[in-house]
Amino acid sequence: MNEIHRPLRPEYDVVVVGGGPAGMGAALGAREAGAERVLIIDREKEAGGILWQCIHAGFGLHYFKEELTGPEYAQRFLKQVEEAAIDVVTDAFVLDIDRELNVTLISSAEGIGMRTVAAGAVVLAMGARERTRGAIHIPGTRPAGVLTAGLAQKMVNIMGCLPGRRAVILGSGDIGLIMARRLTLEGVEVCGVYEIMPYANGLNRNIVQCLHDYDIPLTLSHTVIEIHGTHRVEKVTVAPVDENLRPIASQGRDIPCDTLLLAIGLIPETELARQLAIRIDRVTNGPVVSSTMETSMPGVFACGNVVHIHDLVDFVTEESLLAGRNAGTYAIKGQLSKDTIALVPGEGISYCVPHTISPDREHTIYLRVRRPQERCSIVLGDLYERRLRYAFPAEMIRLQIKPEHLQGFEGTRLPVELRVP
Amino acid sequence: MSVPITVTKYLCIGCPLGCSLEVEHSGQQIHDIRGYQCKRGKDFAISEHTDPRRTLTTTVRVIGGTERRLPVKTEKPIPRDKVLRLRDELRRVTVKAPIRTGDVILPDVLGLGSAVVATRDIKAV
Repeated sequence: MNEIHRPLRPEYDVVVVGGGPAGMGAALGAREAGAERVLIIDREKEAGGILWQCIHAGFGLHYFKEELTGPEYAQRFLKQVEEAAIDVVTDAFVLDIDRELNVTLISSAEGIGMRTVAAGAVVLAMGARERTRGAIHIPGTRPAGVLTAGLAQKMVNIMGCLPGRRAVILGSGDIGLIMARRLTLEGVEVCGVYEIMPYANGLNRNIVQCLHDYDIPLTLSHTVIEIHGTHRVEKVTVAPVDENLRPIASQGRDIPCDTLLLAIGLIPETELARQLAIRIDRVTNGPVVSSTMETSMPGVFACGNVVHIHDLVDFVTEESLLAGRNAGTYAIKGQLSKDTIALVPGEGISYCVPHTISPDREHTIYLRVRRPQERCSIVLGDLYERRLRYAFPAEMIRLQIKPEHLQGFEGTRLPVELRVP
Repeated sequence: MSVPITVTKYLCIGCPLGCSLEVEHSGQQIHDIRGYQCKRGKDFAISEHTDPRRTLTTTVRVIGGTERRLPVKTEKPIPRDKVLRLRDELRRVTVKAPIRTGDVILPDVLGLGSAVVATRDIKAV
């Protein structure tokens, strides 16, 4: 169904690119800040994003304080979007954003076609793409039956068809684990989940409820080194890896299967940001953002998985409401106060978002550590210490920084480090 | 005749540490719990051992709607060993659009203490 509340206006206060949880949160944030004309542009026939295919429970525990499924979480936000009189153009694709923030889109929705709308501020909320076979260079033939876990999820949960009969899953992130259970429930035989790292990447909750419950083996420090098959996958070769993650091919063994699911991570969808020559963080592969979620280009904000890959949609919502509020304020006032302190990821920290902060406000800082560590601290210079019983790369760490933590600090660079006593 | 004492292992889901829990028991009677580092671990070991429950989420076929599949869930967690039985029941279910979130798709036919409800709206075409 092509839904739009009213004809597209020629001008908007805030234009949000992407109608998933990040885009919906940003649009609502912009309305909260007083922006009256807000537009969401979405690729699908309905906003909501990836949540529609995430039919499992576990969403909303932080934000709504109750456990929802993905579609339930999406619908709650869509309802708010509708009530806030936010325009939504679906079946649409943004072709270009120019430096004056004119947004050119094309839509197959009735009566739209190709349009350019002027924006007071833009929020990039395009989410992420799944890494594919090409990203990790799995050798072998190129038969049918090799697909990403998220695509398989869409096939099963939305399109109502099965990707195969006997599957091997590479990657133990939550999407891989969730799909191991999902395929099993639909009658597909899941031979096993293989993970190149010596530790699982998904939540223990998912290892127990998706793998143990169905006797699906998880094999760590292993990867797929070859795909076999002429027209359809016939088997894959898995092999252990050494401490440098190099496969030991001599110890490889073949597993007959007709499907290989890849759950090997997500990459922010940054084409538009790159077209605008927005600064990109080399670790997150997403835009560098200030504490207002503004990118290096004034008036262009970003939030959600396009900035960094989140574990929980609740935190996407939190970050997006902030981005939207600031985009709304920018559209009304023309500028925002600048940050003065750069956060510099140091020892043991792979990245932190935002990239800069200001001593006059409260901040939520999201970060990831490089390696698993028990009994440690995250420190911001000598200003702040947060003790942790554990830190895992797969679990995002969230710090609340208050102005009093930064009191008296006059530097411009603040190192963020993992400290082990 | 007394039930022999055995040890069953569980992986704690309380946090990413994932403690290996050992429950020493004679069937339902627990004698000792080892391996936990906090109260959540101990509580999890007890509930997993005595009454493990899960929320089942799956999809059922839809006719006359804008979508092909309707996502559904059990309103409450059900005993883990009944999940596949309920899945089999749901495979036989076809619903007709329109559907509203929360509509009962399958009443508590197996006596599990939970109905199965829709988790999204689907409009009729």
